Amino acid sequence: MVKEVKELVNRPDNTAYTQQRLPAWQPMLSAGIVIPGFVSIGLVFIGIGVALFVTSQSIQVLEIDYTGVEQSSPCFKCSDQTGKKCDCVMNFDIDSLFKGPVFFYYGLSNYFQNQRKYSVSIDYNQLTGDLDYFTNPDDACFPFQNDRNKPIVPCGAIANSMFNDTFQLFQLVNGQKKEVPLDGKGIAWWTDYNTKYRNPSVTPLRNAFNGTVKPPSWPQAAYELDTEDTSNNGFINQDFLVWMRTAALPDFRKLYRRITEGDYASGLPAGNYSLEIVYNYPVLSFDGRKKVVFSNVSWMGGKNEFLGIAYLVIGSLCVLMSIVMLIVYAKFKFPEED
Amino acid sequence: MVSELHRAALCRKDALEEERRVRANDREYNDKFQYASNCIMTSKYNIITFLPVNLFEQFQEVANTYFLFLLILQLIPQISSLSWFTTIVPLALVLSITAVKDATDDYFRHNSDNQVNNRQSQVLIRGSLQNEKWMNVRVGDIIKLENNQFVAADLLLLSSSEPHGLCYIETAELDGSENTPHLSIKSELRQSVSVTSELGDQNNLASFNGEVVCEPPNNKLDRFCGTLYWRDKKYTLTNQNMLLRGCVLRNTEACYGLVIFAGPDTKLMQNSGRTKFKRTSIDRLMNTLVLWIFGFLVCMGVILAVGNAVWEREVGSLFQSYLPWDPPVDNFLFSAFLSFWSYVIILNTVVPISLYVSVEVIRLGHSYFINWDQQMFCSQCNTAAEARTTTLNEELGQVEYIFSDKTGTLTQNIMSFNKCSINRQTYGNIHFTHLFVLGERLDFTPFNPLADPDFCFYDDTLLESVKVGDSHTHEFFRLLSLCHTVMSEEKSEGELIYKAQSPDEGALVTAARNFGFVFRSRTPGTITTTEMGRPVTYTLLAILDFNNIRKRMSVIVRNPEGRIRLYCKGADTVLLERLNPCNQELMNITSDHLNEYASDGLRTLALAYRDLSEDDWEMWSESHRCADKATNCREDRLAATYEAIEQDMMLLGATAIEDKLQEGVPETIAVLSLANIKIWVLTGDKQETAVNIGYSCKMLTDDMTEVFIISGHTVQSVRQELRSVHLPLQLSGVSNYGAVAHISGEFAIVINGHSLAHALEADMETEFVLTACACKAVICCRVTPLQKAQVVELIKKHKKAVTLAIGDGANDVSMIKSAHIGVGISGQEGIQAVLASDYSFSQFRFLQRLLLVHGRWSYLRMCRFLCYFFYKNFAFTMVHFWFGFFCGFSAQTVYDQYFITLYNIVYTSLPVLAMGIFDQDVPDQRSLEYPKLYEPGQLNLLFNKREFFICIAQGIYTSVVLFFVPCAVLSDATQSTGVPLADYQTFAVTTATALVIVVSVQIALDTGFWTVINHVFVWGSLGCYFAIMIALHSQTLFRIFPNQFHFVGSAQSTLLQPVVWLTIALATAICIVPVLAFRFLKVDLKPQLSDTVRKVTQTQCLLDGRLGARGGSRRSGYAFAHQEGFGELITSGKNMRLSSLALANFASRHSSNWIDTLRRKKHNHTHTPPNASGDLGAPQPYKL
Repeated sequence: MVKEVKELVNRPDNTAYTQQRLPAWQPMLSAGIVIPGFVSIGLVFIGIGVALFVTSQSIQVLEIDYTGVEQSSPCFKCSDQTGKKCDCVMNFDIDSLFKGPVFFYYGLSNYFQNQRKYSVSIDYNQLTGDLDYFTNPDDACFPFQNDRNKPIVPCGAIANSMFNDTFQLFQLVNGQKKEVPLDGKGIAWWTDYNTKYRNPSVTPLRNAFNGTVKPPSWPQAAYELDTEDTSNNGFINQDFLVWMRTAALPDFRKLYRRITEGDYASGLPAGNYSLEIVYNYPVLSFDGRKKVVFSNVSWMGGKNEFLGIAYLVIGSLCVLMSIVMLIVYAKFKFPEED
Repeated sequence: MVSELHRAALCRKDALEEERRVRANDREYNDKFQYASNCIMTSKYNIITFLPVNLFEQFQEVANTYFLFLLILQLIPQISSLSWFTTIVPLALVLSITAVKDATDDYFRHNSDNQVNNRQSQVLIRGSLQNEKWMNVRVGDIIKLENNQFVAADLLLLSSSEPHGLCYIETAELDGSENTPHLSIKSELRQSVSVTSELGDQNNLASFNGEVVCEPPNNKLDRFCGTLYWRDKKYTLTNQNMLLRGCVLRNTEACYGLVIFAGPDTKLMQNSGRTKFKRTSIDRLMNTLVLWIFGFLVCMGVILAVGNAVWEREVGSLFQSYLPWDPPVDNFLFSAFLSFWSYVIILNTVVPISLYVSVEVIRLGHSYFINWDQQMFCSQCNTAAEARTTTLNEELGQVEYIFSDKTGTLTQNIMSFNKCSINRQTYGNIHFTHLFVLGERLDFTPFNPLADPDFCFYDDTLLESVKVGDSHTHEFFRLLSLCHTVMSEEKSEGELIYKAQSPDEGALVTAARNFGFVFRSRTPGTITTTEMGRPVTYTLLAILDFNNIRKRMSVIVRNPEGRIRLYCKGADTVLLERLNPCNQELMNITSDHLNEYASDGLRTLALAYRDLSEDDWEMWSESHRCADKATNCREDRLAATYEAIEQDMMLLGATAIEDKLQEGVPETIAVLSLANIKIWVLTGDKQETAVNIGYSCKMLTDDMTEVFIISGHTVQSVRQELRSVHLPLQLSGVSNYGAVAHISGEFAIVINGHSLAHALEADMETEFVLTACACKAVICCRVTPLQKAQVVELIKKHKKAVTLAIGDGANDVSMIKSAHIGVGISGQEGIQAVLASDYSFSQFRFLQRLLLVHGRWSYLRMCRFLCYFFYKNFAFTMVHFWFGFFCGFSAQTVYDQYFITLYNIVYTSLPVLAMGIFDQDVPDQRSLEYPKLYEPGQLNLLFNKREFFICIAQGIYTSVVLFFVPCAVLSDATQSTGVPLADYQTFAVTTATALVIVVSVQIALDTGFWTVINHVFVWGSLGCYFAIMIALHSQTLFRIFPNQFHFVGSAQSTLLQPVVWLTIALATAICIVPVLAFRFLKVDLKPQLSDTVRKVTQTQCLLDGRLGARGGSRRSGYAFAHQEGFGELITSGKNMRLSSLALANFASRHSSNWIDTLRRKKHNHTHTPPNASGDLGAPQPYKL
């Protein structure tokens, strides 16, 4: 009896776990799975690729560089200026209907919004409308933290460098300029507009900014960003929100306006157009480029040829690979299957 | 463990003790020296010191310090490219896991310390016995021990209840901190100094005031020297007078002892320390690789820093209107310098902190699987296998050389009388199968009341032959009952205990006893036996003692009728030459039988007698006396006289003794050698015995082309013998011993200890290694413990192979410690081997499971784990490198900082851990069936520098895909609302999600054995990733900490975009499809054995016929584990003094004279080299 008890003490438990006999699925890379798998993956990819490619082909994109590097460019006269207000007009033609809704982007090249020091130069607390941070902006905003001992609101390099060219689009109909209405509402992320950026609950808004100064590069204070729509001011100004969502890559575009209203709701009809640009934003100093982009979208967003082609290529490679594997398999079968 | 010793050293006074003075019953005097108390403390920490001490210890690890350094770097704002918590969270996690493990270990140590310290012992204080806890016993106290009590401290034995102050101890539980009960192993005898043994009762002892001066505490278990001063006399004290802590008193009513060493000073505690820290080759490789990765990290840092310098000069300086340089960073060079450190911070995840802790966790898991394995549990001795070291498991899968002890490891050290040949008739031919025995075990009791009930014999024809009174059979057993040097002890009538000097003799005499020829007792001049129930007393005229050259022993006895007869037993080779020619026919038949026995691996002896006339005897006796008295060449002369009389003998028959192998030894050896593991037997036994065991465990076979025996005594002869081996082996020379080409046939080599001593010398060792490694089996006999270690070191040095040493006794400790892996056989002989070992179990056959199953799996799992681990971290980290080219080399991270923090410890840790712990490529049964599956481990194929670079390349490839695919897709993509997707946060979320999915798919591919746990971990990790990301990007968290969680809304916004998912799918396909195709083609074109085995689940056993029967051959199976010198002692009557205690005590008490005798003999042999000394090569006396 004693011996039995003792044995129980030392004998290891007989469980599937301790004896490493847990039931298990042991997948094998067998030809029966891999080759059909490759074929089906390949076919699915080719299918998606075709769909993407076709969709992408149907999307129209129009890009206009207005940096004014070349002398021939209408904006050449503005390009050497820094800070001074300058207007220029770019004319362009649309051959066929540019199907709506048309999105109007501005794009910058060689612009490093993703530079670490640039992208951390922001005070999220201040931008939630926390007045404590109006008087004491975060150190991260340096050197756009204080200007002559007065706190900068909104502080930081991102805010300071906000893009401030403005555009107006006209269709030239019989020599008459017909303004294309641009819709600037809802161009920012919902969470940015509703959560991440809040104005302080002070009315009027400008009172909240007492004792602060505007960012040095800004022509006007944050509460005066939109002179027409007073609700589109402060930190929840759509253009500001768009700018503050920093780009991942040095060549990027940001949504400027939508063309969804009036005669242009169904798109831009063929014709001559004139883009009037208020040229404020200097980029030539660092060899940057500015452009405007018109584009429409599909279910999968804007024009994206890479994705479709990549899917086609990968899909074809899968199918090709499966053929190679089939040949190899047929030739060098698994030894035991002989 | 090292620190324990260190601490123990600190506990003691600073000045080193030079000698120890202890006065009995004088606490005041002894207190002056501040000797350590008997309280032991193996624990490292207490509640207060735990945190600082443990942290201090942990930060001595280079890796931990490195991460601390990173943490400090991150606190510098100019450099910090990541928040401090990305490092501190993993670091804290790693530190706390280790701390919890240390704390648990220490808790158990505290418990066991308490338990031991609170044991009760009886201390003699002021003349009366008082119960005291062990921890309160002090040096100089006299304590009383009762039977079966543990010895509380190292005691000087003063007196005992037994005559002559003797007492018996058992060296069980030599480790107080071990909870495992170990069987009693070794009984020893101790004797008090004669003068104190008369002290007797406690009143005398209370007034005893002797003073002991002795050596300071040390760890030599078998040595003690000191002097007892008492009543103005000096008495020398030796180890024979000591009772060591950890031993148990046995068969002794009570004894008194004086405490000499207490607590940490005891030999036991001084021994409890693993001095050598073993590392596995994977460990070393891993450290090298980690260093390379550091180099790689620095290179990346430098490249990116240079890039940063260029960028700042070419672009950054012009971009200053939007991003001015910090005033302190007013030039691009300084910026580049800072950028270097920033990149060191963000790229440090290539060497993740969790690597080391994960490796430890996996190894711990594997160790538990070893401990839990029921198939390595021995129910007879109730011992489970134990992984005493948890850091060596994967090396078990790479073993190439096994060095095995013989006695107790391969064999049970039990001899059984198995077969015999008497007068043309062979007996005992019973076929054994594994499960049952054909035939009944004979019951001797009705026939013979004196029979030993433990004796087994299955052939009743022999018993019948005895019963019918066959004269040959009677003479045969009479010889066995007379011709030996066994001592008997008869406690009560009929209860005989034989004390044999070698187990072979014991088996023979016991056999004779059961067949009715009972050896009862002896005096120097007589032997009393009971023959078929009738007491007979023979006059013992002479013992012609055994020695290795004679290979036989004889006795000359006069029976009660007055007839003189010489009985001789010995090796067939020598004995058959000395027969009367009329025996020719009998001899032929008998030698056929002998060959049969030999091919069964039995140890054979041939038996013969010769009738002597009174004149013959007188004449010979005279010449013998002459020779005996001779002063020079006494040995030779004696041998000559022996030779003269051992002639013209009549053959009686032959015996075959089975040196019982441990269960499953031949099968295990066969399987291991199929796994390309070379097994070397290193034994202290004699050459014949070793060779015999070589045959019986199928290491040596008769199919072998040749078995070389090297037994030269001089450098030249050994060299010559080695050279002569080269020829048949076709070794092309010593210079290119790495490539042993074209060995036709199987060879084996047997080398003697004294030859080995020469072969191990610097100029011959390469030659020896070359020769030995070309042989299929190597047996080294008569080797000393030191030589065992030297042989192991030699192979470690020359072959760069993983070695494993397995043994059970104290003489194996050195070899166990010097091999890469030491295995102790527990529950057999002593506990020292187990204490020194890394793994212990109770049967040799468990070795195949340990290596082929656990070792193989461990290696496989560890390799797969490492490959995947490096892969996933490179895939993760290198994305930052590519991004560097697009963000002005500004050390901007691609991912959210929380993702960086959690990637290694939450999102990807558990699936790979589960794979590292549970993965199996083939079931355990298959690994044993296909020993060849073991080879990839030996060749180190699964994880080496090449595999590492492949993993790294795959990781880098994945990082390229993970960066450039989203980059290419997202730069132009927009949401369906027209909002561009190229913002940083969307990009970060997309890349991170793609990364997690790709590495999860990869682990799914790598996992070959999907248990529930794997499923939970893989799917759980993926689920966790999405849950945590959505939580971290939630508005709630942002409202509380706007500054920390500014990715608010990114998860929802990104993951709802079909383009993002298409991107992730594309990236995953590009990463995985080539891997899948490659693996498929590899399995198809170049299948590994494991793939084949895995695929073919039902197939015939691939084992070739090596386990099959061998053809018969003519060779001698003679082997006899016997030492010379005993005959002389018996006839001199020296060992009869304490006849009641018999021979068990003999060796210990008389070892000095006995060894002296031996030495004298050895030194008379002029050609005997000094290093072949009998005291080291003869294990038997020490085993008593």
